[in-house]
Amino acid sequence: MTQEKLLGWKELPLGGAILEPGNSERRYTGDWRTFKPVILQDKCTRCLRCWIVCPEPAIYIIDEPYTTKSGRQFKFSVEVNYDYCKGCGMCVEECEPKAIDWIEEEK
Amino acid sequence: MMAKPYFRTVYDVPREEYLAPGHGLCAGCTAGTIVKLLLKVAGPNTIVVNATGCVEVSTTPFPYTSWKVPWIHVAFENTAAVASGIESALKALKAKGMIDPAKRINIIALAGDGGTYDIGFQALSGMLERGHKVMYVLYDNEAYMNTGIQRSGGTPEYAWTTTTPVGKILKGKVQQKKPIAEIVAAHRIPYVATANPGYFADMMNKFKKGLEVEGPSFVHVLQPCTTGWKFDPRYGIVLARLATETALWINWQQEEGQFSVTVNVPRRKHVKHYFELQGRFSHLTEEDIEKIQKEVDLEVDRINKLVGRTVIGPLVE
Amino acid sequence: MESVLKVTWKRLPLSTNFAIAQAVKDSDVDVVSAYPITPQTTVVERISEFIANGELKAEMIHVESEHSAMSAAIGASAVGARTFTATAAQGLELMHELLHIASGLRLPIVMSVAARALSAPLSIWGDYSDVMNVRDTSWITIIASTAQEAYDSIIQAYRIAEDPRVFLPVLVAYDGYAMSHTYEPVYVSEKSDAFKDYIPKNPRWYTLNPEKPITMGAMASPEWFYEFKYQQVVAMKNALDVVKEADDEYGKRYERKYGIIEEEGVEGSDITFVTYGGLYGTLKESIEELRKKGEQIGLARIRLFRPFPSEIIADIAEKTKALVVLDRAITFGVSISGPVAREIISSLYARGIERNVYSFIVGIGQRTVTEKDIIAIYEKAKEMLASHERQKESIYWGVRE
Repeated sequence: MTQEKLLGWKELPLGGAILEPGNSERRYTGDWRTFKPVILQDKCTRCLRCWIVCPEPAIYIIDEPYTTKSGRQFKFSVEVNYDYCKGCGMCVEECEPKAIDWIEEEK
Repeated sequence: MMAKPYFRTVYDVPREEYLAPGHGLCAGCTAGTIVKLLLKVAGPNTIVVNATGCVEVSTTPFPYTSWKVPWIHVAFENTAAVASGIESALKALKAKGMIDPAKRINIIALAGDGGTYDIGFQALSGMLERGHKVMYVLYDNEAYMNTGIQRSGGTPEYAWTTTTPVGKILKGKVQQKKPIAEIVAAHRIPYVATANPGYFADMMNKFKKGLEVEGPSFVHVLQPCTTGWKFDPRYGIVLARLATETALWINWQQEEGQFSVTVNVPRRKHVKHYFELQGRFSHLTEEDIEKIQKEVDLEVDRINKLVGRTVIGPLVE
Repeated sequence: MESVLKVTWKRLPLSTNFAIAQAVKDSDVDVVSAYPITPQTTVVERISEFIANGELKAEMIHVESEHSAMSAAIGASAVGARTFTATAAQGLELMHELLHIASGLRLPIVMSVAARALSAPLSIWGDYSDVMNVRDTSWITIIASTAQEAYDSIIQAYRIAEDPRVFLPVLVAYDGYAMSHTYEPVYVSEKSDAFKDYIPKNPRWYTLNPEKPITMGAMASPEWFYEFKYQQVVAMKNALDVVKEADDEYGKRYERKYGIIEEEGVEGSDITFVTYGGLYGTLKESIEELRKKGEQIGLARIRLFRPFPSEIIADIAEKTKALVVLDRAITFGVSISGPVAREIISSLYARGIERNVYSFIVGIGQRTVTEKDIIAIYEKAKEMLASHERQKESIYWGVRE
């Protein structure tokens, strides 16, 4: 995570305005986790409900074809963005086919 | 007769994100889910006015912002008034040709129960009375969460909060939850709805409807709060659904005076399923729970009569 | 060199309230959000008539309180609209937190305040306690003494507020009742667009625009907050020059100007009266007799109260022997309780100027200040000066035991 340079009054935007939309992406909240979700790509039915509920959002869609071990074909997959995932577990609860593992983070 | 809903499946949900990660909302905060989906419905041509509260403070600690749409925070109690000012200004600027009159800009007033039920009530009522074309979204976590879980007018009866603690004499909040959506509906605005993140399509359809009406709209969203309600962060959406499955939270809408329930519950669950997951209700006795169940049963009857058919079914488990 | 529009004036009998409404119309304001309160009410009533007749194309937001009035004004200004509101006393207090927010967000809102006494007990009558009470809110404050000046100052206010060296809101104050409701001949423009080159529509401050999404009103932790406040300090400093420039330019184009401190007869005087607002008129007339008798009396009127013109008042002090400051507000809990007297004393101290400054409190709750009062105050000041008395406590003129 970048350490923000402490700017002086001359350089700062007036009144505390923030001019860069969405720059909170520079804050990697992934270090909040103690447990992490791991999507089992071969079990995942791509229902996208985990993507819907993630509050960060730290689940994103990869538009690349995927074939499971059992031969099922999908046009896309979902993956966790571990830079931001806070390890809340809502995705795990939401997943009907139980295709998300809940693994303790290494110390 | 409700128009065909716009959002039915996940595949109807737009991909583009207007809420950036890296904000400081608690892990498992369903407000993140709600705001993310709200912005997907609203799109980039949106101005958000946000009250002081969890969402505001967590998403805009200088120099970071999680908002990819124009956003302003002014104070705690005036979201509706600021939004009124923006709406009138855009009207005036369009009339003078300073802004393209054909450009549609959504204005969303986003506030918590703290900034709406209590301190924000006056500004809200004024905005509704004046008829500004603003959608007010109330994310209701049923207490002043940002300042550390104090009771608000939206806290339900019996709930533990730091100012309605469970002691020897008083056990949780004494008063009932103020029926805010009904009060707003009494203002006779074009669109009022209640929603919850456990039913994302229903919620997103309501956001869309709210943004489309010519006049003020109000969407009251239940926002389960892992920190204030005291439950494991993974259960946010589960609890939202249980609230509706137990009929403690009925998802309805009122469109031009026409009332309808939008999420039917054919097989209703006992309220204990909702309470047993939450630490803030851990002191409820069986008597308390039965009393609440009876109140819910009465409310279910009332709603079914109002709608004219059984939309919320009998208690099954 | 900006083109100068030839302005045709019409002379109308207007109260200061109506003159201000006229100025709002002639400033092509976009949004007015206001709530009625005595003695400001007729400002907004007149503006409503202009809008209803199509003479002013603005949105009027009939807010449900003054707190919402300033909130809506902030919202409107934040999308680039030229915004106006008006209030007094309790209304000004109700919007107090938002005054800090408006200036903190650097929005060029203009507000007129019909200076009125603060409750309790309830008083609908004029004094400057409300205006003085908001002096820490980082609003540029101009105090007018005639309806004409109020009209001109509102128009100047937009030029000052919208200047990129400033981007601060401006408050134009005047006497509640004594000025708000009494009629004077005022020259106003025949055509509403006469000032469009003096105050062109070109919002350059930070605004909410989907084309360039920004976040306004973020939370600033201790590592950041201080610098934003210092930006306001700098803007206030710049404002002194900007106010003067705006006034000079107005004078060049429209042949009326007022300055920062209006002064008259100060050079070589023994005693110079200092006051603000409509009382200045009473003062001028009252000392005529004294001057005829040969008394060397100077007069100074503080027009710009914030930023306070310390250097200019110090210059004035150097030309006279003593200053008699007539304040119409009390800052409780300090022995010299006249707010302007205090500013003057600290200005002189900073410059190392030794002068007697005699603070008198008058006109509280619109207690009438007569010619007799002025003359008696003058005699008292002369006595104090002759005995080299150093005033320890403000004199509350006319208070009954």
